Amino acid sequence: MSKVKIINGNEAAALGAKISRVQVVAAYPITPQSKIPETLVKYVDSGEMKAEFIRVESEHSAMTVCISASTVGARVFTATAANGLAYMHEQLHWAAGARLPIVMALANRGLGAPWTIFNDMQDSISQRDTGWMQVYCRDNQEIIDSIIMGYKITEQLHVPMMVCFDGFVLSHTVMPVEIPDQDQVDAFLPPYVPHLQVDGPEPININPVMLADPRVNAEGVDCPSYMGFRLRLQETLESAGDVILKVGQEFGEIFGRDYGCLLWEYRTDGADIILLSMGSLANEASLAVDQLRDKGYKAGVVALRVFRPFPAEPLRAALSDAKHVVIFDKNISYGNEGATCTETKAALFEGDERPVITNYIVGLGGKNVSFADLEAATLKALKRKGQMNGPHWLGVAV
Amino acid sequence: MTTKTVMQLPEEEYILPGTRACSGCGLSLAYRHILKALGEKVILTIPASCLTVLHGLYPSTSVRLTNINTAFATTAASATGIAAGLKALGKTDYTVVGIAGDGGTFDIGIQALSAAAERNTDFLYICYDNEGYMNTGTQRSSATPMGAFTTTTPGTKIEHKKDILAIMEAHSIPYMASASPAYPLDLFDKVVKAKTIYGTRFVHVHIPCAPGWGFPTDDLVKLAKLAVDTGMWVLYEVEGNVFRLTGRSRRMAGSGKKKPVDQYLKLQGRFKQVTAEQIDHLQAWVDNRWERYLQRHEVSNEA
Repeated sequence: MSKVKIINGNEAAALGAKISRVQVVAAYPITPQSKIPETLVKYVDSGEMKAEFIRVESEHSAMTVCISASTVGARVFTATAANGLAYMHEQLHWAAGARLPIVMALANRGLGAPWTIFNDMQDSISQRDTGWMQVYCRDNQEIIDSIIMGYKITEQLHVPMMVCFDGFVLSHTVMPVEIPDQDQVDAFLPPYVPHLQVDGPEPININPVMLADPRVNAEGVDCPSYMGFRLRLQETLESAGDVILKVGQEFGEIFGRDYGCLLWEYRTDGADIILLSMGSLANEASLAVDQLRDKGYKAGVVALRVFRPFPAEPLRAALSDAKHVVIFDKNISYGNEGATCTETKAALFEGDERPVITNYIVGLGGKNVSFADLEAATLKALKRKGQMNGPHWLGVAV
Repeated sequence: MTTKTVMQLPEEEYILPGTRACSGCGLSLAYRHILKALGEKVILTIPASCLTVLHGLYPSTSVRLTNINTAFATTAASATGIAAGLKALGKTDYTVVGIAGDGGTFDIGIQALSAAAERNTDFLYICYDNEGYMNTGTQRSSATPMGAFTTTTPGTKIEHKKDILAIMEAHSIPYMASASPAYPLDLFDKVVKAKTIYGTRFVHVHIPCAPGWGFPTDDLVKLAKLAVDTGMWVLYEVEGNVFRLTGRSRRMAGSGKKKPVDQYLKLQGRFKQVTAEQIDHLQAWVDNRWERYLQRHEVSNEA
């Protein structure tokens, strides 16, 4: 029987790992995710969770432990934020390149310098090109569900996944979360079967040096080149959307919460104004849309649930009737604009008619963004006719 | 256990003929005996280094044991992950072995190594020390001795070599040893012993490098022996709190004979620019360390 608990996002993430029967956890403290490893240690020490918990000295080592434990066949988990994720950067590439089904919880936090412990998405967006899938959660229920689904998806695709949620906004905010029944999770998520057998009859040299051109093996067969391996990773990510949808639907059939989508939509029927964002900001945008609808505007919300693989096709469809798209980014690609703005524009390039796009940079370093801010910013954007140059920064007085 | 002759070593070869190592490679010779000592129930993990090259280019490999390649700084963390994964899966009959060069151990890998040793993670760490970044073309590491030319110390290195074994000993690990390819039986016995002990074990192997150090390839063993005869390299082990000189170094302690360091230096191109003052410094450094080792050896013998 599932039961409802009032828990914060970090506890939801830890429960997600426990209920997924993770076998090795390696983690390092960093605000605002420290409660995740603290909670997992309690589960392991009390015997509730049968896992090896490695108290590493850095995030670089946390990811390395996950990589090597996953390589020998264990289901692994870690969590981090901000500079911790940046410190892992080399090993994020390694994990994806080694095609390992690692699931990581990320409590989104701004990067130093200067220091901030508060929320934005600069950390995960900066890791966009490492080959990891990225899922963004709107609430704590989505955190636990995304982690359970994450193992099913990653173990099918052999590509790692980051389950991202807003630091403090979700990590430290309690709300009711339905904890799935363990037996049902076990039926949904069978034990991990690695794609390599390190203890098989034949020794293997895993992730050796590769050349740019294919080389023949002892049987005279051409084996892939470095670029051939990169192409396989790209092809897998191109097909990953279908797997995410299928697993999301299956999850919905068993647990009653349907994740058969790559985008979340709210009041988009007949909407010609779309507020676009990710994570908990989408909830705030929904409140703004309610206000705008009350005032007669045909407004709706599109939230990117999955950022990698980028859902270009469903996004084109979701924005096909939009005349104005207002994009709120909790990140900035310095010298350009917010990342979701760039990606959305690229997705719309193939369309005949393009909406007017306005990009707002919001909420960096925990700057509060209320639904009223989003509503006012949208109304301001609607006055514009042509495309804009560069993003607007919302709420920066000094 | 003491192996008396090479005839007692296992016949099994784990390195196939035709590796990509340089001719006269000290690592090839040491690795051959290390692998004989480890046997088949082993999972190796190796960072970017000369050993990556020795293991070969995909899809062929010259080593008949499973190896998980890993990023430069990560040898000890990777070994930790392998050990944790195997334990979680109930596969407890494997020896996990991380093998890294001096750059991967003394420099970029020391943080992960120190952490693993402090946790007393159950694996064997072997550092093959060719005293510089030889795989990238002879740059200085903190294992490079004073007076040596490298491409990043063109006027010779002015600092002494870092004492990695002292650092490892400060972690109170259950076993550590130094070894040399010139004394394969001593090396073999130390790896065999290390294999049976629980916890973080550390074996430090001297690896003369013909292209990096500038000596004729057939002088490998001669040079490795001279390093021990001059005290530039000392063979010992620390088991629990017991310090023991071993093999040739133990015999030198008995005879009191130690050759001057100059005899070792003058055979190598890398020391061509070494000054008389540097030689004096090196000799004093070697003598001082040797005296400390002798005292510890005597104390442990009395105990």
